[in-house]
Amino acid sequence: MTYSFPEEVLEHVFSFLTSQNDRNAASLVCRTWYEMERWCRKRIFVGNCYAVNPRVLIRRFPEVKAVELKGKPHFADFNLVPEGWGGFVYPWIVEFARVYPWLEEIRLKRMVVTDECLEIVSKAFRNFKVLILSSCEGFSTDGLAAVAANCRNLRVLDLRECEVEELSGHWLSHFPDSFTSLESLNIACLSLEVSFSALERLVSRSPNLKTLRLNRTVPLEKISKLLQRAPQLADFGTGAYSAEIRPDVYSSLQEAFSGCKKLKSLSGFWDVVPAYLPAVFPVCSQLTYLNLSYATTQSPDLIKVISQCHNLQRLVVLDYIEDMGLDTVAVTCKDLRELVVFPSDPFVADANVLLTEEGLVSVSQGCSKLQSVLYFCRQMSNSALISISKNRPNLTCFRLCILEPRAPDYLTFEPLDVGFGSIVENCKELTRLSMSGLLTDRVFEYIGKHAKKLDMLSVAFAGDSDLGLHHVLSGCESLRKLEIRDCPFGDKALLANASKLLTMRSLWMSSCFVSFGACKLLGQKMPGLNVEVIDERENLNLLPENAPVEKVYIYRTVSGQRLDMPDFVRIMGKDKNGVYNLL
Amino acid sequence: MSSPLLGIEGGGPANASMESGFPKNPAFTERNYLGLSDCSSVDSSNVPSPCLNLKATELRLGLPGSQSPDRDPESSLTSSEKLDEKPLFPLLPSIDGICSSSTKTVVSGHKRIFTDAMDSCSEIKGLSEGSWLFAASGSDSDPSKSVIQGKFSTNSNVNGNVSSGDQVAKGVTTNLNKVNASNPPAAKAQVVGWPPVRSFRKNILATSSKNNDEVDKKPCSAALFVKVSMDGAPYLRKVDLRGYSSYQQLSSALEKMFTCFTIGQCGSQGGSGKGNLSESKLRDLLHGSGYVLTYEDKDGDWMLVGDVPWDMFIGSCKRLKIMKGSDAIGLAPGATEKSKNRS
Repeated sequence: MTYSFPEEVLEHVFSFLTSQNDRNAASLVCRTWYEMERWCRKRIFVGNCYAVNPRVLIRRFPEVKAVELKGKPHFADFNLVPEGWGGFVYPWIVEFARVYPWLEEIRLKRMVVTDECLEIVSKAFRNFKVLILSSCEGFSTDGLAAVAANCRNLRVLDLRECEVEELSGHWLSHFPDSFTSLESLNIACLSLEVSFSALERLVSRSPNLKTLRLNRTVPLEKISKLLQRAPQLADFGTGAYSAEIRPDVYSSLQEAFSGCKKLKSLSGFWDVVPAYLPAVFPVCSQLTYLNLSYATTQSPDLIKVISQCHNLQRLVVLDYIEDMGLDTVAVTCKDLRELVVFPSDPFVADANVLLTEEGLVSVSQGCSKLQSVLYFCRQMSNSALISISKNRPNLTCFRLCILEPRAPDYLTFEPLDVGFGSIVENCKELTRLSMSGLLTDRVFEYIGKHAKKLDMLSVAFAGDSDLGLHHVLSGCESLRKLEIRDCPFGDKALLANASKLLTMRSLWMSSCFVSFGACKLLGQKMPGLNVEVIDERENLNLLPENAPVEKVYIYRTVSGQRLDMPDFVRIMGKDKNGVYNLL
Repeated sequence: MSSPLLGIEGGGPANASMESGFPKNPAFTERNYLGLSDCSSVDSSNVPSPCLNLKATELRLGLPGSQSPDRDPESSLTSSEKLDEKPLFPLLPSIDGICSSSTKTVVSGHKRIFTDAMDSCSEIKGLSEGSWLFAASGSDSDPSKSVIQGKFSTNSNVNGNVSSGDQVAKGVTTNLNKVNASNPPAAKAQVVGWPPVRSFRKNILATSSKNNDEVDKKPCSAALFVKVSMDGAPYLRKVDLRGYSSYQQLSSALEKMFTCFTIGQCGSQGGSGKGNLSESKLRDLLHGSGYVLTYEDKDGDWMLVGDVPWDMFIGSCKRLKIMKGSDAIGLAPGATEKSKNRS
């Protein structure tokens, strides 16, 4: 006699499983659980859109309400992935429209989204609520107009750092007067002016609006009006933070900010006029997130703001903050979890600001909860890195970019191997690491030995030989994403660790020494991988087998061949009803 | 300014200035931290040199002491040979034979990397301005032993005096910030995708801080992507014009992007490149190879790049095209005669 829970009970139990990993684990227990789970999984995350395909997804999960897809590899953010590579969401949208009429949420990252996609989204899903496009491109304001006009129940429209073809600013006016469900609107990436009166009316009729991130064109003088209409805002992004110095403008701005008792996140601040900064003082102590990375104002002005942000958890700022400002952060922001410092003038060789490694050391000392760092600077030393690692063993994400490639320890002129080695050794929970500076194979030895929880590693201009890559691939048990550029890594380590690649989401190598022959071999031997050679040169077929490829992108997949590749992308070593791209 | 720096490069071939023909020998690399040489002196991207003689631009790999190993990956690198104690490339990782024995070799090799560098460097006289040649001691040995051979040139952006050891760097860094009152910092040519900053962040200074005094500047887009096509190239690219602040930077970037379509020799290393590459020189570069850089402006007219001030150019440029010189005959005549320096 077999006992089994009634399905309803199982379903109820599964409803408490929210993490996809947990659900994946549950579905492996037995066939009953697998079946049960797949019918009730509502949220899907696909980290690499080419790892599966829409058919596979739909076949397994028939009742999906929310989908998240990621397309291009991370290095696409830095223009390393050529135009037209892929990441087209259209085939997915078409299938979703066909099969998931009750789909509510779509989150896309680094994908190509066309206006046609947006139109389908706006019409196919009656209860569509959340559209988050992060670093996407391929659509225009016409597509946005379709979404505005047709999505009656839209709650979230978030265009994060997208590249939008802006034909006009009128799209915002397409939200009908009957539309009142908006909770979150982020248009910071747009450059064209939207009708302010339409915006104001929209804000006025959206009582649930919690997040409003404006674009640069919204003038400072008008912000008070918006804030007055939406005092419930929790997350606000200003437009250009500049205006003629006028006391009436200033006081109404300050008053408006004072009225926002729930405001926790503040961003925007393009073109900041420092005289207006104190207008935000009333909310500083409430803030948990502050993004001043467009505020090109000097350290003293920044310090005046930050010194009041006692509850700050995440700070994004330009290197204008300088070491002195970071000392203030260390003293004031005792709850800080994440620090991001962007370079103000990345292409200038010498420092234009007094920001050094000391600022980071200072924050690492003062902010005991600091977990995540992204720091651009011009000099670093092993001793600083060692200090940081000892101060903050609880770091989970450490990304350091020394602007000059291969810069050594500026004090000793040694490589920074020992410093980064200390980071991975002391920060045992480290899941993400980006390195820079002068690094030899030794740092990879440290990483392979210690970085057991490392999930993502980014490497540039580092290492001496294949041994470096081998250390990482053979040692980092949790590694899922590895991206490498301009390192002398070749075929040996790659081929010797081929099976490791099946445990990872993806590996990117550009401007390294991986040869055509190796790519072909890997593709042939590993049917579970797509070995994409991305190479824009002509006459590739004439190059010898040992010639290095420009870029190779390797990822595990169950979906088989891509059908949407441009000419400069070849999947190596696979036969497709005959000879297929066998170079 | 740039040639002597290159003369230091790994005593061998590949000073032949290919487009990014910049031999990078990790065992021996000049460090140009002051960015004083011309554009792609810090270009360390986009190797290997595509479509061209690979040997000429070979990177030096492997441990010093091994014979200049070929770039040819098949003649395996000394260290990576150690990986082959098992059959050629076992597809299952076999950790045992790989790590232990080779590690020591590699480690000791690392010490030699820098010693070799020091030996080689010490023979080179006439260091040009701003070149730091350093010889770090091996990673295990006493760090305070590091020897610095370098010269600071007075026209560089560094005012520190070389004293010794630890003093140097500190002196340099404290001076760094005070330096640029009079000297505008030298702009570096961009390595593609480096530093890893999103395009819309690259131009923050260009669009706002220089206008800090003005309050009513018109807001401009964070990024200005235009398509770049080239006759004969199968694909077009996109560039963010706001990521550059001069024609020189743009031309360097385009050269790198289209280099495999033989846009021409990079003139950045040669001759008198002093960081003030004029538009006429840009056109010379392109003309030398038979190509010209043109753009379509707001009115739909095709013009030669370089005629107008940079800011005006990016305000009116809608797309770029690299055309064969013969096709560009009808364009903006007389523009090439102007040679205002606009960098």
